[in-house]
Amino acid sequence: MLELIVISTLNGVLFGMLLFLLSSGLTVIFSMMGVLNFAHASFYMLGAFFGFQLTKWIGFWPALVLAPLLVGAIGMAVERYGLRNTHKHGHVAELLLTFGLAFAIEEIVSMIWGKSPLDYRVPALLDFPAFTIFSTNYPAYKIFMLAVSVIIFVALLIVLKRTRVGLIVQAALTHPHMVGHLGHNVGRIFMAVFGVGSALAALAGVIAGPALVTQSDMAASLGPILFVVIVFGGLGSLSGAFVASLVIGLVQTFAVALDGSLASAFGPLDPSAGPSVLTDIWNVTIAQVAPIIPYLLLVIILIVRPMGLMGTRES
Amino acid sequence: MRKLTLAIAVITPMLGHAASAEDTLKIGYIDPLSGGGASVGEGGLKTFQYLADELNAKGGILGHKIEIVPLDNKTNPQESLVQAQKAIDAGVHYITQGNGSSVGAALSDFVTKNNSRNPGKEVLYFNYAAVDPSLTNEKCSYWHFRWDASSDIKMEALTNYMKDTASIKKVYLINQDYSFGQSVRSDARKMLGAKRPDIQIVGDELHPLLKVTDFSPYIAKIKASGADSVVTGNWGQDFALLLKAAADAGLKVNWYTYYAGGAGGPTAVKQTGLDHQVFQITEGFANSGNKGAMDYEKAFRAKVNLSLWYPRAVNEMRMFKAAAEKANSIDPVKVAAALEDLKFGVLDGGEGIMRRDDHQFLQPIYISSFGKLTESEPFDEENTGWGWHLVSKVDTPQAMVSTTCKMTRP
Repeated sequence: MLELIVISTLNGVLFGMLLFLLSSGLTVIFSMMGVLNFAHASFYMLGAFFGFQLTKWIGFWPALVLAPLLVGAIGMAVERYGLRNTHKHGHVAELLLTFGLAFAIEEIVSMIWGKSPLDYRVPALLDFPAFTIFSTNYPAYKIFMLAVSVIIFVALLIVLKRTRVGLIVQAALTHPHMVGHLGHNVGRIFMAVFGVGSALAALAGVIAGPALVTQSDMAASLGPILFVVIVFGGLGSLSGAFVASLVIGLVQTFAVALDGSLASAFGPLDPSAGPSVLTDIWNVTIAQVAPIIPYLLLVIILIVRPMGLMGTRES
Repeated sequence: MRKLTLAIAVITPMLGHAASAEDTLKIGYIDPLSGGGASVGEGGLKTFQYLADELNAKGGILGHKIEIVPLDNKTNPQESLVQAQKAIDAGVHYITQGNGSSVGAALSDFVTKNNSRNPGKEVLYFNYAAVDPSLTNEKCSYWHFRWDASSDIKMEALTNYMKDTASIKKVYLINQDYSFGQSVRSDARKMLGAKRPDIQIVGDELHPLLKVTDFSPYIAKIKASGADSVVTGNWGQDFALLLKAAADAGLKVNWYTYYAGGAGGPTAVKQTGLDHQVFQITEGFANSGNKGAMDYEKAFRAKVNLSLWYPRAVNEMRMFKAAAEKANSIDPVKVAAALEDLKFGVLDGGEGIMRRDDHQFLQPIYISSFGKLTESEPFDEENTGWGWHLVSKVDTPQAMVSTTCKMTRP
């Protein structure tokens, strides 16, 4: 049992950190620009596919740097030529733009790379068990993923809270005219923020690609859970997203690891004595409902605390 | 209103197309060509296209050229019905599908209703891989024909083999949470319980179909249970990723599987380093030793650049031709009648028969293991250097279970 708990904790933290790496970009863009970017998971997917292609051409390590830069550049172009023009029509227009973009990216990706999963391998340098715990190997690559996520979290937090750059970026959101009068180019700041957010998503894609599956529906399968993370953590709150990612990662992993069903939870009310219409429902195990638990959490948090765990405003 | 306009815009050109191509015999291939099942679906499509080309080179079926019409159902029953209707509107009278018994059940029901409502415009459903036993039992249909061995036939053969393997003490079941996975799980419990009551079932897991991207939590659970063998019906990415996670965690158990040979499976098995510890049960495999089948495999690989993962598709198309020639017609009603009780020499040798009672094709099946090859085994899988090795052959009379089907005949 202890073995299961330790391994599940490790797995849960890892999944949580990957979620964070993804949602950090989304939440940064949201808190700075007020744009809920539906195409965010698509940038993650682009990162994975660019990572795969560049790995084939020039190796994994250059790809790890180049792919996020490329996707970041695409993100900046989207902001400069797409979002900036729709901005004056309000948030709904921006939302719709990113929504359409998500579909376009998915189609383009499946046109170029096909719809089957790609053979994106873990680099040989990291393809060994990092340590063995209770006779279970823990792959070095997963430790690498964990390390990258932690570094990004710390770096982001420092840049936003402790540097002049972060100060200007935050000021540009609430008082764009004042920042402009002080001689800063507000448009360029927004463009940079959007680029960095997209690059972060792409970085998550490059490192998650080999560990999970790289295929054209990866954005669609991960997109919804990202929104759960940022709403649960509090829209626009970086530390909220961090906590929410970990909570969701752990909850999902432990839900799988635990045995038990509704019937066992109800003990004496267990209807297994006589078969009834409810028998099927009673016998559903916690593991089976694991995938919907995050969405259940989303609903509960919106009812109990609409601004999210660490959010400060109710929008 | 906009939806209606759109639907008309999409369908109208198809109708025109159908009228102009009266002579071709169209087969609607309804399987996933996107999403989690895409790798499997694309492999199946290439196989059917190869088979169609092969038949066309020899004059098609009764002079009709065969055309495979690919339709993407995203492994979704609802989407499949939309695609089936689309196919029927485009003049298709034969549909074939394999991936997902939930889809199979929906299509079987759809075809049955369609045929009772539209006499004279019947459609046949050729099932090459959806193996949920209910399709040839309580939900059986006259218009449905299945070429793959049903899940309970496979489990019967598999447990007969496991029964004699004394080293099996603790078994873990992990399956996809839908009709097929549930039938594998309940058959395994029932048959192992009857044949080897001393075997302990230490875990019984159902996970969401084609949704899990990281199986590490499940592998941790299998490891903690102390199982020495795992029985799984997983296919497609659900198998490849399961084994990938097992390789990462260093889990060493014997795997008894239905679909280890599917796309991505062999690569993942090689990563685990389990030499001849992963077993699969199929109606044929590359190194079966049958000369005709091995020559066919060679030609198939040379052209399609894939292993022949569906010998049953070869049987299906060849039997379709045989039935049409027997009936001297490509009218679905006549072909269906001709298929009943049709005996046929299968690709990997031996004779099979399409059982009249439930339209289940009965055929010899094989248990094989994956690992290093001997000299008489020329075919490896996915460039791993490892391939399938014959463990046990089950002849047709031993590879059948009775049916409860009460067929409603037209």
